[in-house]
Amino acid sequence: MSDYSLKTMMNKPERLAPGHRMCAGCGATIAVRAVLRALHEGDRAVIGNATGCLEVSSFMYPYTAWEDSYIHNAFENAGATLSGVETAYKALKKRGKIPEDETFKFITFGGDGGTYDIGFQSLSGAMERGHDMVYVCYDNGAYMNTGIQRSSATPMYADTTTTPVGKKSNGKMQNRKDLASIIADHDVPYVAQTTFTPDFKDIHMKAEKAIYTEGACFLNVMTPCPRGWRYDTADIMKICKLAVETCYWPLFEVDHGKWTLTYEPKKKLPIEDFLRAQGRFKHLFKKGNEDLIEQFQAEVDRRWEELQYKCAR
Amino acid sequence: MAIKERMSGNEAVSFAIRQVNPDVMPAFPITPSTEIPQMVSTYISNGEIDTEFIPVESEHSSMSAAIGAEAAGARTLTATSSAGLALMWEELLLAASNRLPLVMTLVNRTLSGPININCDHSDGMGARDTGWIQIYAENNQEAYDNFIQAYPIAEDARVHLPVMICQDGFITSHAVENIELLEDKPVKDFVGEYEPEEYLLNPGKPIAVGPYSVSNYAMEAKKNQEEALENSKEVILEVAKKFAEISGREYGLFEEYKTADADYIMLIMGSAAGTAKEAVDHLRSKGKKVGILKLRVFRPFPAEEIAQALKGCKAVAIMDRCESYNGNGGPLGSEVTQGLYRSKVMIEAVNYIYGLAGRDFTVNEVYDIFAELEDIVVNGKKVEQHKYIGLR
Repeated sequence: MSDYSLKTMMNKPERLAPGHRMCAGCGATIAVRAVLRALHEGDRAVIGNATGCLEVSSFMYPYTAWEDSYIHNAFENAGATLSGVETAYKALKKRGKIPEDETFKFITFGGDGGTYDIGFQSLSGAMERGHDMVYVCYDNGAYMNTGIQRSSATPMYADTTTTPVGKKSNGKMQNRKDLASIIADHDVPYVAQTTFTPDFKDIHMKAEKAIYTEGACFLNVMTPCPRGWRYDTADIMKICKLAVETCYWPLFEVDHGKWTLTYEPKKKLPIEDFLRAQGRFKHLFKKGNEDLIEQFQAEVDRRWEELQYKCAR
Repeated sequence: MAIKERMSGNEAVSFAIRQVNPDVMPAFPITPSTEIPQMVSTYISNGEIDTEFIPVESEHSSMSAAIGAEAAGARTLTATSSAGLALMWEELLLAASNRLPLVMTLVNRTLSGPININCDHSDGMGARDTGWIQIYAENNQEAYDNFIQAYPIAEDARVHLPVMICQDGFITSHAVENIELLEDKPVKDFVGEYEPEEYLLNPGKPIAVGPYSVSNYAMEAKKNQEEALENSKEVILEVAKKFAEISGREYGLFEEYKTADADYIMLIMGSAAGTAKEAVDHLRSKGKKVGILKLRVFRPFPAEEIAQALKGCKAVAIMDRCESYNGNGGPLGSEVTQGLYRSKVMIEAVNYIYGLAGRDFTVNEVYDIFAELEDIVVNGKKVEQHKYIGLR
């Protein structure tokens, strides 16, 4: 990976064609393109997809934006569906129905709703069985396709349409589920958490490792949603940077059980910097709500310390 | 050469699976179909077949993985019963609408509640509008024969639909009866190699499966699917004809047992047809002109063929091993009478609900039903059109 160059990578043929109907500035498609750039040229892929924004906007009959074979089945079963495809590959390869020199890789994308929540069992099953596939969660922290409802990936105090801020509510009451840790506890060979960094090297490196490590691998990619998070579309890279620099979204990997921070902020920024940039946390900055921000900070600190501990072992 | 054996229905279907050696089988255990994935796993462990078995974590994932595998180009199979089929429901629709020719062996068991592990047809009937072909068996022999015919029906270019091969839980699946098996080679030759035209793992020819479809296109997709189901009737008969050539056993959309001159006919499906035939033999010996129409193919529903087969009789007892909770009768009751009306066959028709959740169905009940039909026709007795038989 020492010879990684964004410029070289950006010259690779795109495997997600333009013309799809995703929103301008959507994090999901940026994640898809970044992950698929890690596929080696000449390798074929079957892409899976849970129902969600990405699916309904990229494969609207009779058009598809996908250059590779692609399957969407339903909302809650991207893990199981791709496990069937991957098993078919094994069966057909074994029986000589796919030429020996043809290599297929299996990558499935699901939003946090389809991954943390409704598709959690299907994902857990696929990971436990050890199919040779990569499950990529594009985590934008809510059910964005149906209009910004809370999921178990939604951070505490976020204003969503099912946890609306009001006289008696400060938004979502619960902390977000730590899915990367849960999947790491499935004892799979590779799990990583990432988002967009200026050179896209972190996501590229992790995607390549996940795709080319045998067995079930999992990537959790924070993909900001300008509609749901309420920030200016052009600010996506700033939002990602603040998420990482405040340690709200640490970058790490778990490679065969070994936890490693892949980036450590020189100076951890206060969580206000991340929260202030987004409309969904606006209410936290009202007078009298200082304690809510303190609680948010305490939770970020607790998780960051726990992660550092795991990585130091 | 036919092989004479003794087997349960589950053993017979597993033996057929061994002979077909499908590419992929995802499955999840549920009584009374559990033996099938167990037996297939044993065949795999012993090296008798090389099917890839996926021990999924639920039936929903079972059908999801089956859809993935079949779309990828693999000949795929699963097995289930009852709540397992109910959990798959959403995926049953997707398997059919994606036009995937996969096969399920369904061992019929009642749906909860109350929870009960015994036979009725409420699971299969609950999936009656999912777009699957459904073929029901009277006994282990038919379950075996129907399974062998399943892939040639499903994979036919005029069909491209999934097929459910149904047998009655415990009564057929677990009872051991005599059976005539075919040699491996004629079965393999009959089923042939699976050669899908378009599939995910076709190198250099990628496809996309499972689109979002706007209203401008979705309705045509649904109509095409409906036409395929209609087409399948002809294919089912063609396949049955070819199967008769290798087995000597003939199958149609339904079997007519002593109906040619019958005044009173019982229309029934599944293992209870055996009981009904026994009773008919006895009644015939006493001079009663009675017969049985045993439905084999429930989907596509042969409404007109049934009406034509019934038009010479005076009354029909339509037997449902399922309550559809529509306040108006069971599924066969509704569909058969609709077919009679459309074909202007205006005979007496009573819809009996029997054998729910494993309740025994006896020859005495068959006698009672035929006696009641006769009473209606001869004496003008008024009878409820939707009634239960065998209630305590």
